[in-house]
Amino acid sequence: MKQEELNFEKEQFTQTMIPGKFAKSMRTCVLWQFIRFAVLNVKMIIVVQKSH
Amino acid sequence: MARLVVLGGGVAGHTTATFAAKWLGSEHEVVVVTPNAKWNWIPSNIWVGVGRMSKEEVTFDLAPVYAKAGITYKQAKAVSLNPEGSDATDKAFVSIEFTEAGKEGQTENIEYDYIVNATGPKLNFGATPGLGEGSNLGEHTVSVCTADHAVHASEKLNEAIEKMKGGTRQKFLIGTGHGMCTCQGAAFEYMFNIEHELNKAGVRDMADMKWISNESFMGDFGMGGLHMKVGGYVVNSKVFTESLFAERNVHWIIGAHTNKVEAGKVGYELLDGTMGEEEFDFAMLIPPFAGVGLKAFGKDGSDITATVFAPNGFMKVDGDYTPKAYSEWKAADWPKTYQNPTYKNMFAAGIAFAPPHIISRPMSSPNGTPINPTPPRTGMPSGIIGKAVAHSVTELMLKGENAHLHEAPMTKMGAACVASAGKGLFDGTAAAMTVFPVVPDYETYPGTGRDTDYTFGEIGLAGHWIKHILHYLFIYKAKLNPGWTLIPE
Repeated sequence: MKQEELNFEKEQFTQTMIPGKFAKSMRTCVLWQFIRFAVLNVKMIIVVQKSH
Repeated sequence: MARLVVLGGGVAGHTTATFAAKWLGSEHEVVVVTPNAKWNWIPSNIWVGVGRMSKEEVTFDLAPVYAKAGITYKQAKAVSLNPEGSDATDKAFVSIEFTEAGKEGQTENIEYDYIVNATGPKLNFGATPGLGEGSNLGEHTVSVCTADHAVHASEKLNEAIEKMKGGTRQKFLIGTGHGMCTCQGAAFEYMFNIEHELNKAGVRDMADMKWISNESFMGDFGMGGLHMKVGGYVVNSKVFTESLFAERNVHWIIGAHTNKVEAGKVGYELLDGTMGEEEFDFAMLIPPFAGVGLKAFGKDGSDITATVFAPNGFMKVDGDYTPKAYSEWKAADWPKTYQNPTYKNMFAAGIAFAPPHIISRPMSSPNGTPINPTPPRTGMPSGIIGKAVAHSVTELMLKGENAHLHEAPMTKMGAACVASAGKGLFDGTAAAMTVFPVVPDYETYPGTGRDTDYTFGEIGLAGHWIKHILHYLFIYKAKLNPGWTLIPE
């Protein structure tokens, strides 16, 4: 059984979403995260500028 | 020469004092009164609490920094304010009591022309029986509210890990220690950093982990939750938060007022009025915040504390404090300039100002116990408010009492928040979020109360890199190293 399916077995977790293996691997994929790092920085700088 | 006194040397106070000193130059005096000898980058305390950073990495000595900035530094705590002076003087003054080694208990009255109250919170452990006494942590739980607390927490965590390695299961209980707590984010970060460390130590399967919180739903965070853009959808933070807990196999108790802490056990009351108990081997419960207990006196010595401060001890500023039903709350209730309405030379910044009301929907149990998070005003909002107040006070001092006051309402201010879910250069993760504005404005943004173009969140390694870089960046800025003014709050 996949890990997310194991967790869905638990009553408190049945009504949410749980990432699968691919989604989780992308979270620590260095190449993809470099791209997200750039995107997040731009988004955050915009919010910081709007707030000052 | 006029004198500005800043009470407190945390994010808000340090920002106010350092910018004011820079803008005022040597013509005027800036005095900082803070009981602490060291500045602490509190967001990194969670990493001290899991042994991934030392106390020295998250703190530095204030005295040399203030000497460099030309700021007069008094290591002392403020005790009372006399905004009208006293029978001996017409000048406003603040009474302080030194905490500096060798001068403990000595007192002094400091006259001021302007004063900024940025004392931050009293960590009110004493509000929950067994959680602690007054502002002191008790013996049954740990805390990451200060660097020293976090060092102690790390030691206890190591003991728990050793027990698990020896074959003894451990129950971890992390969350809020009272029904009126804020700062759920710090507890959230500590929970997932512990989970990350247990995985690294190879003992995650020996740990039962549970979250206990006063939030009425997961992901409230004291802001009434938020709707953010994730993967092309606009998603409520409840879904985002529950997903992470389910993925990491962390169960939760929500809508809980922790009303008792004993050795290995907490008692709680839920929003439906039922009472429960939860056992633990390791618990980190955030205390509620209160004002630091400053008193205020009139010229004749009469107690005017209730005029200057709200009942919770936070300073009244230019917000609308008229009691109203939740349906009547408006963005306009929130303060803009943080100037005290009675004494115009008095301001408050950061946690020290009294919010007009909470942000989350008010809740209470059938027994009448209020159970709802109080508004967060730490981090970026504290810094921005501190800088706006420094702007206002500087202009008042340089241009006179009719000078323009700068505004920084939390209803027009966003916040970038990076919540660590585990530290590691290649295996760390953090939830990177922005919210705009912090306090929802349903008139400007019908529906969610916020601008969904600027309210988003995602979890990943990139978030961890950002949090780690911000750690160094903000300590660099707080030390007033070259170019410090270019780094935004």
